[in-house]
Amino acid sequence: MMVDLRINGTVRSAELEPRKTLLDALREDFLLNGTHAGCEHGVCGACTVLLDGEPVRSCLLFAVQADGYEITTIEGLAPAPGELSVIQDAFCETHGLQCGYCTPGMILAAHALLQQTVTPTREEIVEAISANICRCTGYGQIVEAVQFAADRLRIANTPRALLSPGGSK
Amino acid sequence: MKPAPFDYVRPDSLAEACKLLAGDDDARVIAGGQTLVPMLAMRLARPARLVDILRLPELAGIRKDSDSVVVGATTRQAQAERDPVIRASVPMLARVLPWVGHPPTRNRGTIGGSIANADPSAEIPLVAVTLGAEIVLATTAGPAAMPADEFFVGPMVTSINQGECVSAIRFPVWTHQRIGVGFFEVSARKSDFAFVAAAAQVALDEEERCLDVALGLGGVGDRPLRLDVSSLVGTRLDAKSAAQAVHAASVDLDAASDLHASASYRRRVATTLCLRALEQARADAAVRPALGAR
Repeated sequence: MMVDLRINGTVRSAELEPRKTLLDALREDFLLNGTHAGCEHGVCGACTVLLDGEPVRSCLLFAVQADGYEITTIEGLAPAPGELSVIQDAFCETHGLQCGYCTPGMILAAHALLQQTVTPTREEIVEAISANICRCTGYGQIVEAVQFAADRLRIANTPRALLSPGGSK
Repeated sequence: MKPAPFDYVRPDSLAEACKLLAGDDDARVIAGGQTLVPMLAMRLARPARLVDILRLPELAGIRKDSDSVVVGATTRQAQAERDPVIRASVPMLARVLPWVGHPPTRNRGTIGGSIANADPSAEIPLVAVTLGAEIVLATTAGPAAMPADEFFVGPMVTSINQGECVSAIRFPVWTHQRIGVGFFEVSARKSDFAFVAAAAQVALDEEERCLDVALGLGGVGDRPLRLDVSSLVGTRLDAKSAAQAVHAASVDLDAASDLHASASYRRRVATTLCLRALEQARADAAVRPALGAR
């Protein structure tokens, strides 16, 4: 059946079988390969995308069910081609990734968290990425990356006059 | 891991959904899909048709009646978790929701879906049975309702018939001044299926004597169970009375044995978690003011 989806701000259409998951449609029909296929049954979180800003597993949703939502994939986070979002940049700087397979899902989960708060506690960060499995890093540097991104976003959004000397606050 | 082909329909009304379901033995309801889609992917389920009820307006929303809170079947678990009415009036549900799956599955998974799936270790069915909730069904003949403990029959088995669909869950609201809840579960990892889960709700009077108590267990048997600890009413829920009541109520407990936990382990953990949940509920109620607005 014909499906119209709003992906990263653009309406995209494709003729899809109902059994095609949003994950497969994103990768195969819309060539957005940043969304990774991991376990394909809702366990690993590699396929995380945002639906109306909330992280969901794109392997647990059929593309025919996804009309009417604002879908955000990892490709939708960078401000311009060749650039990185603050969170993506923080993952690079703190070595929040090794093989990179879980990274798009981690970054989208972190993005959703930091839309709600730029002062997350460690517990909130851990809860936000608790549905995403990483087999390389041991999570330590991922948590650090999210914390680092939160600090940067907070500083970027604080008027200069309110920042203490050195900008550490 | 690709589902077998199926037809997909999205009816415009609940009546139409029931008609579609009644006329087709191979049709199944899909809402949040957080359990059904993995079943389809692994081909453990192969329905010929999926009837998507997620966007039916009749099934959405949380409503407070005089003595109950009615939660529409397609209410997302994440939405219920944040809801002020549920937090204030069905505190046990608010307490267990962070234990249901992960944040991303709660963003899609529904309250009604967890009820209809009837996993014996699931938290939402446990709350429904423990509090004596009523499951409201949509049928081709109109709305019907049944108590939660009649609705759950066995592991993933309910008394729902083809052509029916869970439309809402009516959770009773306790009107006492001081209410507290307790919840504990043991699982291999956070968010995994509970080997044993225990939920308790107590109401205390101004002298901290128990006015009412509800205690339930999940994951132990083939469905959630409510334990009769009514002998605790009138006591101060002291350790000795609680232990006596829990032992008496769980003496003939039928526990399941599987790869993860033996029956004797489950029984042992069940008793311990029941006592912890009761104590947590008592302490939670005791810190609430004895008089004044709830």
